[in-house]
Amino acid sequence: MLPVLKFILNNNNIATSLSPGMPLLDFIRYQQHLMGTKTGCNEGDCGACTVLTGELKQDVLVYRTMTSCLMPLGNAHGKHIVTIEGINMLPALNPVQQAMVDNCATQCGFCTPGLVMSLAGYCLDRTPASTEGAIAAIDGNICRCTGYKSIEKAAAQVATLLTDKNEQEPALFAVERQMLPNYFSGIKDRLKCLIMTLNGELNPPAESKPRFVAGGTDLYVQQPEAIQEHPIRFLLGQELLKGITQEEGRCILGASVTVSDLLESAIMRKHFPALDNYLQLVSSTPIRNMATIAGNFVNASPIGDMTIFFLALDTTLELSDGQSTRTLPLRELYTGYKKLRKRPEEYITRCWFELPGPDTGFHFEKVSKRQHLDIASVNSAISITMAGNLIGNVRIAAGGVGPVPMLLTETAAFLKGQAPGTAMIKQACAVAQLEITPISDARGTAEYKRLLLQQLIKAHFITLFPSLQVELLL
Amino acid sequence: MKNIDSITHVSGTSVYLDDVPVINGTLYGAAFGSPCAHGVISELILDDALQLPEVVRIFTAADIPGHNEIGGIIKDEPLLADTHVHFCGMPIAFVVARSREAARAAVKKIRVKITSLPVITDPREAQAKGELIVPPRTFRLGNTDSAWEQCAYVITGNADINGQEHLYIETQGAYAIPQENNSLRIYSSTQGPTAVQRAVSGIIGQPMHRFEVIVTRLGGGFGGKEDQANTWAALCALAAWRLNKPVKYALHRMEDMAMTGKRHPYAADFKIGLDKDLKILAYEASFFQNAGASADLSPAVLARTLFHCTNSYYIPHVTATGWSCRTNLPPNTAFRGFGGPQGMFVIEAAIAKAAHVLQVDAALIQRRNLIRSGQPFPYGQIAESEAPLCWEKLEERFDITEQQRKVKQFNENNSLFKKGIALMPVCFGISFTNTLMNNARSLVHVYSDGSVGISTGAVEMGQGVNTKILQVAAQVFSIPADKVRLHHTSTNTIANTSPSAASATADLNGKATLIACTAIVERLKQLAAVTFAVTPADITLVNGHVLVNGLPSAWDWYQLVTTAFAKRICLSEHGHYATPQIHYDAVNEKGHPFAYHVYGTAMLEATVDCIRGTYTIDAVKVVHDFGNSMNTDIDRGQIEGGIVQGIGWMTMEEVLYDRDGKLRSNALSTYKVPDIYAAPATIAIEALQTDRDNLAVFRSKAVGEPPLMYGIGAWFALQNAVRAFHPNADIPFVTPMTPEKVLMALYSTTNPETNHPHAETVSHLGIDQ
Repeated sequence: MLPVLKFILNNNNIATSLSPGMPLLDFIRYQQHLMGTKTGCNEGDCGACTVLTGELKQDVLVYRTMTSCLMPLGNAHGKHIVTIEGINMLPALNPVQQAMVDNCATQCGFCTPGLVMSLAGYCLDRTPASTEGAIAAIDGNICRCTGYKSIEKAAAQVATLLTDKNEQEPALFAVERQMLPNYFSGIKDRLKCLIMTLNGELNPPAESKPRFVAGGTDLYVQQPEAIQEHPIRFLLGQELLKGITQEEGRCILGASVTVSDLLESAIMRKHFPALDNYLQLVSSTPIRNMATIAGNFVNASPIGDMTIFFLALDTTLELSDGQSTRTLPLRELYTGYKKLRKRPEEYITRCWFELPGPDTGFHFEKVSKRQHLDIASVNSAISITMAGNLIGNVRIAAGGVGPVPMLLTETAAFLKGQAPGTAMIKQACAVAQLEITPISDARGTAEYKRLLLQQLIKAHFITLFPSLQVELLL
Repeated sequence: MKNIDSITHVSGTSVYLDDVPVINGTLYGAAFGSPCAHGVISELILDDALQLPEVVRIFTAADIPGHNEIGGIIKDEPLLADTHVHFCGMPIAFVVARSREAARAAVKKIRVKITSLPVITDPREAQAKGELIVPPRTFRLGNTDSAWEQCAYVITGNADINGQEHLYIETQGAYAIPQENNSLRIYSSTQGPTAVQRAVSGIIGQPMHRFEVIVTRLGGGFGGKEDQANTWAALCALAAWRLNKPVKYALHRMEDMAMTGKRHPYAADFKIGLDKDLKILAYEASFFQNAGASADLSPAVLARTLFHCTNSYYIPHVTATGWSCRTNLPPNTAFRGFGGPQGMFVIEAAIAKAAHVLQVDAALIQRRNLIRSGQPFPYGQIAESEAPLCWEKLEERFDITEQQRKVKQFNENNSLFKKGIALMPVCFGISFTNTLMNNARSLVHVYSDGSVGISTGAVEMGQGVNTKILQVAAQVFSIPADKVRLHHTSTNTIANTSPSAASATADLNGKATLIACTAIVERLKQLAAVTFAVTPADITLVNGHVLVNGLPSAWDWYQLVTTAFAKRICLSEHGHYATPQIHYDAVNEKGHPFAYHVYGTAMLEATVDCIRGTYTIDAVKVVHDFGNSMNTDIDRGQIEGGIVQGIGWMTMEEVLYDRDGKLRSNALSTYKVPDIYAAPATIAIEALQTDRDNLAVFRSKAVGEPPLMYGIGAWFALQNAVRAFHPNADIPFVTPMTPEKVLMALYSTTNPETNHPHAETVSHLGIDQ
């Protein structure tokens, strides 16, 4: 018998023994007949199916937007799921909805519920409100009709409504201002009760050979049907796999750390001052809320953004098969295209890397057809430690230029011991050309990827060494 | 006035096809598409699929009781492939199962053996092999042959324009429900309910009156659901008819992208001649339209390419020829602009190339050649031109010269970033170019309580047509908007409709509504005149009150309606409108095909990152000819949306087929449309309000398609930015201008005067693996 899943959907308690691998979107639309959440692309790229997921984290109720098409029902276990029906206060419109109407931000209307949910999620955010923040909150919502200018105005209007929210509990603030229905004020207590009734984890049968699912953002794009046929071990909710901590100079990341967790981590922000800029280029808000770093590693895409990021930091992985653990450098994980040095029963538990010190510069570059919410044509990260005026230790990771996420070891070897200068950078670019084997595909021709990697190496140096005479690199 | 659907949209309560409550016993369909772009079917193996639980039946061509044919203009398109397949994704079989999941799973179990035939993806190759959908058409004005010798400069070149995926966020779909007495009710996500009805009637082999097609609204159409909704409705209808069960099919995104056609890619050659004062004297263009495997709407799309081949310019000698080329791609179809944008890109490319060769600003050539009132278009219609006025107002309002100076200064002071600026005038003809389609009907009921219900043939897809129609009725009756309701579109209430397309839907259906409402008002005035012993001309309706000779009477709207009802006066009217004045002679290619033209001019600014090849389109400033907008909220939304969609087509939206005709950009992860950060930081729209009389409803000119073509300027702004970095950069006229093309151009070394052979420039048809 399938385990019973329990969660709160809008204002209703749900207990279901349906397949935990079913996409939440299908459950919402075809089991619960809540038709406001729309099916657009089935791969997390349009945001029409955006819902809110409320979760207790260290006794704090945190709401995040997620694309329900990629979210397994199992990941709703113990949470509050909110659809557009759950924020309606009809016949009145809530202020988010009113802002959309006031600014003519809806035309065909199909993307609109998703946009409203993303902005409603922003109303529950704990960071200070700003127009930029409100617009960032809808970076995962595609609208094909409006051209976005009216939506930007609606987002700005929502931001002004949130300027005086202060330190108040967001859900209570939203209820007080009649932005959300009253039942939101009781959700925290209801979630506490719910969690106490859950009998441990949502475990697959003991004798089964389960598939591992974390955020689902790659698996549910690539094999949505196949996953549902297997018993699943859900990793996202496991406490042991969460958290970002620092032990002396080392940063330790739980495998289920999401990209959003990275963004919000004080440790990461301190050591990577440009983190916002880097991670803004990585998918979209709802996907960052779901996608885990370990998921990015094991997906083994040659252009995984987080893989490239952590390769340059020489990250070490810890893997477990449930009995024993072992460690493996990330750079040794890949043996070929989508091939891993990992047994099927193993999963990543955590990983760690040495935080960059004062002599180390780090930078991440990514170019894609569309600047945001797109897969890279080529991406690259560099970590460069200076020994006086000379380059000491250096690692350049590059994606999209070979069958696996690559470390450009020969280029690094060439750079080591040299003083940064334009002639040397050009030579390094030439060395890099000998290491890479890009192919032509939908992300660009091989010729383009070769040129682009060269440009990104130059961009690394221009960024990290502002005194370079850039004209000589053009 | 805001779109009347706003409140249901923002609360998620608007009903789209997949939201229609399903009836118990509903079955679910899924189409099996050809894995191969061209070949002969030797064996179709359905056994494994039929064994799956929940699978009810699998339909093939042999199961079609009527004609296996859904072609609109030309009967060349089978619903289900029988012996031959002509494109990847061409439906071969239709699985019907008790659940959506089972239907999709069964599709994966179907096997087909196909003997491959040669695959053509390039329109020039198809033309060379005589693979044409229709004979070529040529538009002529003056005599280009004798004009070249008068030209001081003659420049030739070519262009390759890629297609565009519609990417309506709601995918295609249909839901067919059997009714009593051998009839079907069909919900369809279509822009053309009558086209669906006709297709279903042909497939089932039963008269049209057995099939009611209902459209609530569309989650986007953009032309993609003008003709191509027919397939899914016909498949569901076929299954529902044979099984006597409701059958539903809402396509998965990847099915939709792989199986449906897109905006037509074009290849083109041009030759342009100018005198020493930069007056364009002669222009020749050859258009090779990539029609895909069957006609669909391609001949009509090609015609509009020719109609708009000179854009906003007057050129005394023109020869433009178009070939509709049959290839092994999904049949390409209508898309906002309908061939016009491709025609305009080529003349703009010709001007840009002339400007580059002559080392002058393209804007100088553009401005000097704008069409003036009284001058003819190549198809003989005489312009009533707003083109010079739009340009002048743009200059005055947004100071083109100052912007150009600022850009020049920026470029002098920056080496890592370069800016480019481009002007884009647009002239777009309003009407279906097939004259007979320019008619519409509206059924207006005034109920005995004074409320009003309206049905028209218009399909609401976000463009706000229902809001405008409501405005017409509210204004004619002089009653509040909340007394008027627009009903869903149904072939039972309004028959023989033209599709909601060609920007003309509000004009046609609005005018029909105007006629119907006016007829009812006339009868009501007659009644009031008798009652108050005056003539009908003395009666006016103002804000819900009946005025007699301009003075309030004892009657209000309610009193008027109830009295009319009691006196058995007809409170309903079926209004019919056919656009007057238009005609066209397709033999001589001359006539007056358009009710009017919409004009406008845009200035676009772009910034290129010269290290990374990435870019932003920073600003689009427009003077747009609204006539006299009846709803600025909606019209501005159409302009902003059109601009961004046009920019997407010109920049990041790259349709990629491999040499085997298989779509590589088959999902949102590989086909990118603009997101919120890709929209220009500034879109400024200035209205050119004109007093000139026109055939638009309430003189409010059509606004659906024309703004898309402002986006073409993005390509040329990027070109100019690249040239600021590398004055002799090799920038072939290939769209879209992706970051890849920009970077390759920034660091190009080849001689720009070399025309590249086609195959080398068309990366979208030639990617390996």
